[in-house]
Amino acid sequence: MRPAFLRRLVLLLALLAPLPTLAVSNPAEMLSDPAQEERARALGREIRCMVCQNQSIEDSEAELARDLRLVVRERIAAGATDEQVRDFLHARYGDFVLLKPPFAWSTALLWATPLIAMLAGLGLILGLRRRAVPVAPAPLTEEERARLAALGLPPEQGGTSA
Amino acid sequence: MTPASRRALLFAPFALAAAGGLGFYAVLRGMRTGEYNPRGVPSALLGRRAPDFILPPLEESGVPPVTSADLANLPGPVLVNFWASWCVPCIIEHPQLMRLSREGVPVFGIAYKDRPEDSRRFLRQHGNPFARLSRDEPGRVAIDWGVYGVPETYLLDRQGIIRWRYAGPITSDTLQADLRPLLRRYAG
Repeated sequence: MRPAFLRRLVLLLALLAPLPTLAVSNPAEMLSDPAQEERARALGREIRCMVCQNQSIEDSEAELARDLRLVVRERIAAGATDEQVRDFLHARYGDFVLLKPPFAWSTALLWATPLIAMLAGLGLILGLRRRAVPVAPAPLTEEERARLAALGLPPEQGGTSA
Repeated sequence: MTPASRRALLFAPFALAAAGGLGFYAVLRGMRTGEYNPRGVPSALLGRRAPDFILPPLEESGVPPVTSADLANLPGPVLVNFWASWCVPCIIEHPQLMRLSREGVPVFGIAYKDRPEDSRRFLRQHGNPFARLSRDEPGRVAIDWGVYGVPETYLLDRQGIIRWRYAGPITSDTLQADLRPLLRRYAG
């Protein structure tokens, strides 16, 4: 193979490689300690961007998300535990800032929804199944028996096949 | 299943669709009248004291800065308004702030991520409703307040406890329906 072709092939393959979609593209934002940076990213993925609301702060390009990424990194660099960083943001922005909301009375319904849906489905299945139990057909009346006899058929046949 | 209940079941999808339609209509109506804000999030600071902060004044604005000390032992309720000259809804809101200020309600302003000269130009152009004014260019004090966009307005009672937070521009409807009753309630 010619080198020019090879080079083109390599370029093409490089384009196909999935690119990381994290918004933290600015190296100045990153912590110098890779372990701390990894913690900051994991934590940031659990924090909702309050501006876009359906993205984490790690995914969002919003300015507030950038500020919050910096806050997370500053606190981690200062020696805060993950729990302390989460509490810091939770105290300011409430449950909504946590993409995984805490279990509390106000969120009980939210957490219980899958269980409720499953139980409802199970109840539906059981109910339908009970109803599907075949009911024995009513015995033929004297009149019907007479008609069957007139047609030359045995008396207790054909009632259910309809 | 009896034929009657089977026939009733036939209408179930229609009833469900009608209920969905009604719900959707209610949501749209609420959004139009401002009763329902899909992006509205309750503040985590309600019922708590305003956070401590130190911010520089907006120089040459002619009013003193906002300090934490100004937000306690107040003669009456005050409003703290986060705003910016680059924020379009802030222009919509501005006449209501001017109105409140004329009526003697103390409105304290914090300019969020705004260059001082831009803030000053905005106030020259639209008037200055703020009795006190500071600026938060890095936006870090705003994070302590749980601000996630401008404009945002906080109502503090006389003890400096945050009683109400409104994210978005205060319109004359919001002023009449929400803010005035609150100002009366916390006036005593």
